[in-house]
Amino acid sequence: MRRKNVFTTLVILVIFILAALVIFPLGEGVLFSRGVELGLDLQGGLRLVYEADLSGVAEGSEEEILNGVVAVITNRINPLGVSEPQIEKQGDNRIIVSLPGLEITDVEKERIGRTALLEFRELKDTDNDGTREWVTATGEIDGEAKALNSSYFKDNTFVTVDDFNNILLIFEFNAEGAELSRQITTRLIGEQLGIFEGDEPMLGEDGRPIAPTVQSVISDRGQITGLSLNEATTLSQQLNAGRLPVPLEVIYEQTVSPTLGSDFVGLSLKAGTIGLLLVMLFMIAYYRIPGAVASLALIFYAAITLALFKLIPVTLTLAGIGGFILSIGMAVDANVLIFERIKEELQAGRTLGSAIEAGFSRAWSAIRDSNITTFIVCAILFWVGSSVAAGAPVQGFAVTLFLGVAVSMFTAIVVTRTILRLFIGSRLAGKKWLFSPFLGGNK
Amino acid sequence: MIDLIGKRFKFFAFSVVLLLLCIIALATSGLKMGIDFSSGSLLSLSFNQEVAIEDVRQELANLGHGKAIVQVTGEGDFLIRTFAMDTGEKASLEVALETRFGEMAELSFENVEPVIARQTANNAIIAVVAASIGIMLYITWAFRRMPRPFRYGTCAIAALVHDVVVVVGLFAILGIPLNLEVNLMFITGVLAVIGYSVNDTVIVFDRIRENRLNHPNADFAGIVNKSLVETLTRSLNTGLTTVLVILALLLFIGSTIENFSIAMFIGVVTGIYSSIFTASALLVVWERREWKRLLPWVKD
Repeated sequence: MRRKNVFTTLVILVIFILAALVIFPLGEGVLFSRGVELGLDLQGGLRLVYEADLSGVAEGSEEEILNGVVAVITNRINPLGVSEPQIEKQGDNRIIVSLPGLEITDVEKERIGRTALLEFRELKDTDNDGTREWVTATGEIDGEAKALNSSYFKDNTFVTVDDFNNILLIFEFNAEGAELSRQITTRLIGEQLGIFEGDEPMLGEDGRPIAPTVQSVISDRGQITGLSLNEATTLSQQLNAGRLPVPLEVIYEQTVSPTLGSDFVGLSLKAGTIGLLLVMLFMIAYYRIPGAVASLALIFYAAITLALFKLIPVTLTLAGIGGFILSIGMAVDANVLIFERIKEELQAGRTLGSAIEAGFSRAWSAIRDSNITTFIVCAILFWVGSSVAAGAPVQGFAVTLFLGVAVSMFTAIVVTRTILRLFIGSRLAGKKWLFSPFLGGNK
Repeated sequence: MIDLIGKRFKFFAFSVVLLLLCIIALATSGLKMGIDFSSGSLLSLSFNQEVAIEDVRQELANLGHGKAIVQVTGEGDFLIRTFAMDTGEKASLEVALETRFGEMAELSFENVEPVIARQTANNAIIAVVAASIGIMLYITWAFRRMPRPFRYGTCAIAALVHDVVVVVGLFAILGIPLNLEVNLMFITGVLAVIGYSVNDTVIVFDRIRENRLNHPNADFAGIVNKSLVETLTRSLNTGLTTVLVILALLLFIGSTIENFSIAMFIGVVTGIYSSIFTASALLVVWERREWKRLLPWVKD
């Protein structure tokens, strides 16, 4: 028994040292080269949820289309230089993009989800009320009306600058597109031809819609002028290689500047340390030696949990840290239950050794039962967090609280018992008042 | 030994007053919904120079955001809540503000479109229902070996409802001066309170069962009181350690998890109270058939 306990003590020590080596330094770790992963709210960055409009898509091919969208978005994000971008599908028609640590302009942000499908429109008095509106310009092929858009472009658009320093985006139509364009521009000579992206007119560098007047019939080759060099270049790239198969709409967006996030890392470290110290102080003041042992177990607990965060890895958000700090307060519950039992056993006149053993075995059912409700709540919160767009913090909270409570069941029981057993038979064991508060009255 | 059970009607009176207060607050001022559930945009800006909040409000109204809610969060820092805006709309709003007030930085921006808000609200409701069912199943299981498990389960649930009403009600009351809005983190807090409340009650009930087995002939009220006193230190100590860490969260982090911390803080305190004074005392009332005293209009 004695020997076995010494052995367990050594095992615990080894685990503790390993955990510490995984954790420190926080940036990389001696044993584990990856740093702690911080969520959006802690290191800044961008989270976007897109909803794809799959209404025009053939049934059965939705998943394939959505995979295509993910691939295009991934290609567009790669040049931004985000170290750990996450692009994933949610549900049937959503795509979640998380770009931690990225500082991005609004223009760049909009480019990520743009369809890059340009449509040509003409002005028509559709209601015969004298006002003309932009409507899709169509031509006829084999007796079928077809809209003219950039899906008829060949993948060889390019940007160039002419003698007057105008920036030109040059494109070439394929055969069908050339035929449509010929019909439309023949009809529209002297009229304006508008260029639209979705329902929005394309704006030039001067902020005005690009809607040139048709000078001559255009069949195989055309150009768009008025864009900035930067805009024209990106558009050209997207037209050539990265056109989205379906339009996307941003239904959720969260942007956090890195400066705001970095404040919270320090604050949460402070909150965690102070929370831990307060709990330890209380435990030692109230439960004396067992309280000090429980405090050791608590440090051990914090080390293992943090090491697990790094190993799994768990992306830490503010809410996740909240869950972890909360679990510190709840972790000592098991110890409180046990120590109260030990107190009762000591009051009943047992020796320290048998009081400790009885305390642990009798408190077990209460410890088990009291953690089950927390696990139920964690499971439900995890589901909520993973099913809603703004749910990342809730999910983070569920994960860290679950891990925290699970680890605490081990540390509060195994670690505390092992260390407490070391006291049995020592000189201190006779002084029962060191092991339990308020024994005096019952002597 | 302290006689807690003997004072049960005083505690009930306190609970009733508290619950009434909460229900009145909910009925009159209600809860303010955050953008998670009602959709909208939350924009946090920091101007390099001092700007008066009235001017910001005025300028926002000029720009078509007459209903925007503006809060000062620091020197030259503002939190603006308005209807859902896409990136383009937000960008033009920022340009307009910058033209008027000079340079500024965007600290954060969150936009929730109505479709997302609806789904979030739906799932939050499903979560609360699922948690209730899960807890009911757990209670049935936890009390399977008790005599009259139905009574124990019902009293535990009564305590649970008590706690949730108090958390939501006090949140509504505190929400008026502190400008608190219900968001996902608040729901998270409420669910955590549900878990906490039940496990507190279960531990007290567990002791009642044990004492009953050991003293089969003793008076039930005495057994309950003895069990309460024996578990009192545990309830208070665990409650205290939990409250300590929540205070640390509240004071040092605040921000996005503030609502969670507030909910949890209220919940832990009422959870301790209800497991002692509501759940167990109700059990005694049931055993002694004292409904008449508790609810004068009920006939035995």
